[in-house]
Amino acid sequence: MSQGIGVVGLYVRDQDEALEFYVEKLGFRVHTDARNGDYRWLTVQHPDQPSFQLGLFTPQAPMLDAATVQILREVVAKGAMPPLVLVVDDCRAAYDRMRTRGVEFTQAPESRYSSVDASFRDPSGNGWKMIEARRGQ
Amino acid sequence: MATGEPSKNSAKMSPDPKLLRRLLRAKDRMDAASHEAWPVRRLARVSGVSEAHFARSFKEAFGAPPHRYLLTRRLERATALLRDTDLPILEIALQTGWNSLGTFGRTFRDVTGESPTELRAREQAARHELERVPACFVSAARRPGLIIAVSEKRRQESDGTKETQEKPELP
Repeated sequence: MSQGIGVVGLYVRDQDEALEFYVEKLGFRVHTDARNGDYRWLTVQHPDQPSFQLGLFTPQAPMLDAATVQILREVVAKGAMPPLVLVVDDCRAAYDRMRTRGVEFTQAPESRYSSVDASFRDPSGNGWKMIEARRGQ
Repeated sequence: MATGEPSKNSAKMSPDPKLLRRLLRAKDRMDAASHEAWPVRRLARVSGVSEAHFARSFKEAFGAPPHRYLLTRRLERATALLRDTDLPILEIALQTGWNSLGTFGRTFRDVTGESPTELRAREQAARHELERVPACFVSAARRPGLIIAVSEKRRQESDGTKETQEKPELP
């Protein structure tokens, strides 16, 4: 695939903490970790999805003014950023594995609508829905 | 700012994002088990703040006092069960955190404007094209927008007035 979405970014409160979470706890890989002064371009990838990068960015100066940084930090911490969906082969197994690693689940796996889903948050407050892929999709 | 407790009278301080993250944890816990009882003491413990500050901090963060937020989640769940199941209404009331059918029916009607039976009949008559949207988001989008206290809503409707003055609420 040569066309399509390459990077979508999340705001996180701390990039080291986010990196540890997405890599150690979720099993993502680092794609790019480049620093320039205080600025850090950090993206991770799902191991099965090499064409897509998830950016882990902090709201920060000089791109944003201090008041905007504060508002964005509040919005993330309140869990008010848009929904994220992670698709897995086996929701219950992923739940067990991730919980053992210390992921904060906000909903245990539930069977409904011919699938199984659970919910978790990253340390910053970004909320993920984890949905088991339906057979044949 | 270091403690994350809001100041009382001074110009409004920016909330500490770390405090907000902990308040979010209390909100998440109510979301996960809205049928359970959530006294302020229990919520404050989840968030690691004092009981005295919890209700106000929560309201500042999420726009509604915790008990009212909980009420909207219970009604949301009851609505989904009315729509998607054939469970008796008493069973739905008990499953979603009410102790009696009377209180459930009255609160439901006062907030949504129709009785549980009416809602069920209307929803089940109309089939939805929302199968492709994850169910929890569909459900959340239909959460009742309860921006005032239920008691105030009842009062306004019986008076025929539309005052927005809000009485102090007990958590």
